[in-house]
Amino acid sequence: MAQDQTSRAAVPGQAIFVLPPKRTSFQHIAEFFRRKPLGAFGAVVALILVFVAIFANLLANHDPYTIRVAEVFTGPTTNTWLGTDHLGRDVYSRIIYGARISLYVGIMSSFIGCTIGLVIGVASVHFGGMTDLIVQRFIDGMMAFPSLILAIAIMAALGSSLNNVVIALAIVYIPSTARILRSQSMVIKEMDYVLAARAVGAGDWRIIIKHMMPNCFALFIVIVTIHLGGAIIAEASLSFLGVGTPPNVPSWGGMLNGAAQSYVKTAPWVAIFPGLAIVVVVFSWNLLGDALRDVLDPRLRGTG
Amino acid sequence: MQAYIAKRIVLFVPTLLMVTIVIFALLRVVPGDPAVMLLSGGAGGGDEQEYSQEQLAALRAKLGTDRPIVVQYFSWFGNMLRLDFGTSFFYETPVSEDLKIKFPVTLELALLAMLLAIIVAVPLGVISAIKQDTLGDYVTRLITIAGVAMPSFWLAILIIFGLVLVFGWMPPIVYVSLWDDPAGNLKQMFFPALALGFSNMAFIARVTRSAMLEVFREDYIRTARSKGLAERIVISRHALKNALLPVVTISGYEFGRLLGGTVIIEVIFMVPGMGRLLVTSIFHRDFPEIQAVIVLITVLVLILNMAMDLLYAWLNPRIRYS
Repeated sequence: MAQDQTSRAAVPGQAIFVLPPKRTSFQHIAEFFRRKPLGAFGAVVALILVFVAIFANLLANHDPYTIRVAEVFTGPTTNTWLGTDHLGRDVYSRIIYGARISLYVGIMSSFIGCTIGLVIGVASVHFGGMTDLIVQRFIDGMMAFPSLILAIAIMAALGSSLNNVVIALAIVYIPSTARILRSQSMVIKEMDYVLAARAVGAGDWRIIIKHMMPNCFALFIVIVTIHLGGAIIAEASLSFLGVGTPPNVPSWGGMLNGAAQSYVKTAPWVAIFPGLAIVVVVFSWNLLGDALRDVLDPRLRGTG
Repeated sequence: MQAYIAKRIVLFVPTLLMVTIVIFALLRVVPGDPAVMLLSGGAGGGDEQEYSQEQLAALRAKLGTDRPIVVQYFSWFGNMLRLDFGTSFFYETPVSEDLKIKFPVTLELALLAMLLAIIVAVPLGVISAIKQDTLGDYVTRLITIAGVAMPSFWLAILIIFGLVLVFGWMPPIVYVSLWDDPAGNLKQMFFPALALGFSNMAFIARVTRSAMLEVFREDYIRTARSKGLAERIVISRHALKNALLPVVTISGYEFGRLLGGTVIIEVIFMVPGMGRLLVTSIFHRDFPEIQAVIVLITVLVLILNMAMDLLYAWLNPRIRYS
């Protein structure tokens, strides 16, 4: 191969390196399935769950909010497949609708948090000096909080609602994302294309948005995917404690609220199925995240 | 090394200030004046309770919320240095007295969970690495992946479910302290600690496994093997010692995560620790308690992280810090 190249280089006007044939996105996906079967499995399950969330109204056979006093704690039957809870609401339908809540919170919070983290991380490196120092100390402070404790504190201040959970969790994910992307940006900052952009007189934010941020994109996707599973567990934890989504919202964590004490003896289905749903969704996203990390950015190994 | 320690300690101070400022600011964002809240809701329970402007001013002076916010922050911070965390809005007793009872409970639970996690995780990780790509390894890896994906509260519910089903046992409502009845206390704390430490166990086992596999590729392991040492000695003396390095520090950082997780486990198993105090305080909107618990946990994590960084530097002379 090397010999081939040198001999070609001798001929003026001919390409030295032969690029591999351009692959279609289908071939890329096939390659991913072949190299990372577990990750691909995760991706498939995650995708199925996304469809469940989107088509929840078609898949559920009851209204998740309807309270039926006459049917409190009925076990699984042909009508109520996974039984009913302490207010007679259908557990199966609530789990199906719960996929919406879980994925909404998971995707929104990790996406918003990581995006803000991306901007802070890149900008902090770009402006450098005092700005960088202050931002880094602030991030140190934020990262000192155990994430669940910080989320609880923010929820205590904001009050319980679905969007407040998104805000609280997004804030929790900002510092670690900013920290990882800062080190990536340190490398990118020294790249020739950034110097070139500066040389032709590009402004600060133009360099940040047009040149530095797109080159953090692969890492960004990996971090979002890795945080997603964590965000889903965090939302469930907050709702379980009663400080997350309001109690009538069909959130998987909220469905388990009080389950350990009250239902375990009388109605175990109320306690078991929502938890199973959480495990499946988080498991699949984690598998996907791990595989994406290996493929896109092996340096991150062990940080998830 | 000395310079590194000094640098770490110097960096610790602004971080600590940052943490307290964040907590202080966070609970000032809350809509509504705590004095108004206490007068209208807290005392009698009725929402429409009458109160005069004088009462309001007096309560504000008592709570100290009439002073400028910077003064409030520094007096709060100064008092904390003297372990005075203020007076609970709800119970009207000093917060520090509450913490004196509840902090040891949480600490015991967390330490016990960590101990269980390490005792199980390290052998599991080592065996999984030695028997790489065998059935045992696959099972271990599956357990560890599941352990990270499984929310601790669901595991706790399953544990209680199993205990009820098999032994007819329910988590006792009355808490026995470690000093009064050590055996009874440990019996009571075992399952909460198990549920709490499981995900940490999974993570530490994963780290141990990959650390062992990495060490196995080192030259000195090949040397040890080629000079004819028994595999047992190669593993225990040469591989494990080096592989445990990252495990020690990871365990330290995991302890911080574990402290956060106690909140949930304490609520499920009705353990009267700081976590449960935090949750009930949120429902009472009892800000001095909330602030105190969060500051205490976070400062503990901060100190622990610093200690782990120093320990790592001390254990690993290969790393030079400038």
